[in-house]
Amino acid sequence: MHRTGELYGQFETLDQQRESASLGMWVFLVTEVLFFGGMFMTYTLNRSTYPDVFGEASRSINLGLGAFNTVVLIGSSLTMAMSVWAAQVGKKQLVTIFLILTLILGTVFLGVKGVEYHEKFVEHHVPGLNFNFEPGASVATNAHAQLFFSLYFAMTGLHALHMIIGAGLLIWLIKESFKGRFNPGYSTPVDLVGLYWHFVDIVWIFLFPLLYLIDRH
Amino acid sequence: MSTSNSLNAPPSNAGGFELPREHYLNATYGIRSWLLTTDHKRIALLYLASVTFFFFIGGTFASMIRIHLLTPNGYLVTPETYNKLFTMHGVAMIFFFLIPSIPAVLGNFLIPLMIGAKDLAFPKINLLSWYIYLIGGSFVLYSFSTGGLDTGWTFYTPLSSVYSNSAVTPAVIGIFINGFSSILTGLNFIVTIHTMRAPGMTWFRLPLFVWAHYATSLIFILGTPVIAITLLLAGLERMLHLGFFNPALGGDPILFQHLFWFYSHPAVYIMILPAMGVISEIIPTFARKPIFGYSFIAGSSIAIAVIGFFVWAHHMFLTGESAYAALTFSLLSYLVAIPSAVKVFNWTSTLYKGSISWETPMLYGLGFIGLFLIGGLTGLFLACLGLDIHLHDTYFVIAHFHYIMVGGAVMGYVGGLHFWWPKITGRLYPEGLAKTAAVTLFIGFNLTFFPQFILGYLGMPRRYHSYPPEFQVFNVMSTAGASILALGYLLPMIYLTWSMRYGKIAGPNPWPATGLEWKTASPPLTENFDVTPEVNWEPYDFDNRHDLGLDVKGAPSLAPAHGDD
Repeated sequence: MHRTGELYGQFETLDQQRESASLGMWVFLVTEVLFFGGMFMTYTLNRSTYPDVFGEASRSINLGLGAFNTVVLIGSSLTMAMSVWAAQVGKKQLVTIFLILTLILGTVFLGVKGVEYHEKFVEHHVPGLNFNFEPGASVATNAHAQLFFSLYFAMTGLHALHMIIGAGLLIWLIKESFKGRFNPGYSTPVDLVGLYWHFVDIVWIFLFPLLYLIDRH
Repeated sequence: MSTSNSLNAPPSNAGGFELPREHYLNATYGIRSWLLTTDHKRIALLYLASVTFFFFIGGTFASMIRIHLLTPNGYLVTPETYNKLFTMHGVAMIFFFLIPSIPAVLGNFLIPLMIGAKDLAFPKINLLSWYIYLIGGSFVLYSFSTGGLDTGWTFYTPLSSVYSNSAVTPAVIGIFINGFSSILTGLNFIVTIHTMRAPGMTWFRLPLFVWAHYATSLIFILGTPVIAITLLLAGLERMLHLGFFNPALGGDPILFQHLFWFYSHPAVYIMILPAMGVISEIIPTFARKPIFGYSFIAGSSIAIAVIGFFVWAHHMFLTGESAYAALTFSLLSYLVAIPSAVKVFNWTSTLYKGSISWETPMLYGLGFIGLFLIGGLTGLFLACLGLDIHLHDTYFVIAHFHYIMVGGAVMGYVGGLHFWWPKITGRLYPEGLAKTAAVTLFIGFNLTFFPQFILGYLGMPRRYHSYPPEFQVFNVMSTAGASILALGYLLPMIYLTWSMRYGKIAGPNPWPATGLEWKTASPPLTENFDVTPEVNWEPYDFDNRHDLGLDVKGAPSLAPAHGDD
């Protein structure tokens, strides 16, 4: 299908196109909820079976870095929301600036995550790679702690993968935004990437207490 | 009814029709124009070719299973190879043939035509999902050809994640990837049905085929991500020796079964709902009568999709789940029978006092109703807690789900292919041969699978490579039936291919049927319609549709209105 201006050939009007794109993103996010849902289910079951070991293992991850990352990510949600606003009111330069800020904050998050992963690697807390929870831990404790860290890496890893995809989308948006493509009549790509970015943030808002805070009182 | 001939040959294909000068098949030429197409009709044909390929692979494994079971001690292969045969048969047929068959081929081709749109909402994503299917399929073929797969299509842990020596990892990766093809197709359909309907095409004027695909798409987007993540976890467990589902490391194998069936039971409805949609189009067309209970059939599709998400643990009655859980899931499973029965009763009521003719699609339609009825009722046997203890994991289960999947889904698919073949290719298939094939399929199918109900009731377990000698007679019957069934599948493949070049020119509406897709040329333009159509008629309304040519002399007579006689 050929396109004329911003209107793709399969659509009759820009309104129809905008509505379709936005519904498509919402449906995709519903899929994502179920995608993460399988892991949350596995986590819930295992934590209720081994509450003590999960608490102990949770205490060994770096709360400071996790909390810092949470703040960074909430900040990036703010800048993302600002860029959506800027696109809708037609402040073209602000769109680019806020998109770049979002990208920077997202990259900081991923960098800190890398530091945390490295810490786990040094402590032999990476499942499957000479995993050893703590000296003198029983075979069972070791196995159950490995379950916690398997889930920790699977869940934060999948989340990080979503962040990386989000960063790729942001780079594309920044390129388009430099060309001045977005205006009050056409801001759909910024809106949709915004939705995606907020979703990924919300996943972290659940991951942070479930992985870092379960036994910190 | 002036001549008996008019029954077989509706008037609209008697006249000398010509193919339209330009249509989607000859708009552009060359391999690139196909591999990079975003036309939903061409993508449907790409899917048609690829699902047929996987059907052949799955069918070959099925034939080998049936030959092996001719004698009590096995005839053809070692026990280990037998495990691989039934596993690979299941994986190829379920994930790469049955699930994509009707939605990705017929749904893809027809949904935009039926609602009066130029294409799906996201044509590029549509092409992307075909490529994802191919990539996933390649991983699975790699697994099949480098050691095979012996876990059963259910991939139960810890067999799949620890103990199996076959190529589980590439298969799991392939099915994980393929899941995104389903998700994107479902997403595309949902958005298209919401936003792309032509003026006047209200929700309750949508063809029931579209309602069925809307329900199917709900399962695609809600169920598929769960199987994807579950197989990913099982795959990680196998590759990195983690313990999510391995009791030796503290994990829970029953959790895998819960997550697996949370998708894989609704997946059964992914297979059967689109077939029900096909039947809902065929029955009124050849009864020449508005469908009975339109809104109930539409609503029952959604009800099946929703209730279908709450019945999964009936696959696990023998895992030691709590009696309360078992009771609940048994009851919920019975509930699915209600919307299913609503459909069967409505189809039958549509036939009542209809002006029925016996073209090939109608033979498949009637066959579907009978076979689905048997498949559905035997499902109730299995949802019954006490009886399931006796029947669990026997050939009774095999017979039950083949009545649903082959007798239901595949009959619907083949019937739908015949019904819309004139629209897809612009040409008619040879009617006599097609009727022969339909009857052959019906006989072959019943001879293959009915004896398996008896075998299962007598206690023959599934997935065993040998059996006691007293079961041989039923196994021989089953294998004989499978040979007839194979012939019944080969025939349409041959004459449908033949008719693409040599079939009689069909004209826009050969049956005639009432849907919007029949108001455009056969084959349609790339843009589907010359101008965006406007819908001002009710669905399946034969009485007020003079454009169908049913009131001219010699046409098949319309059914009398209700209460006429």
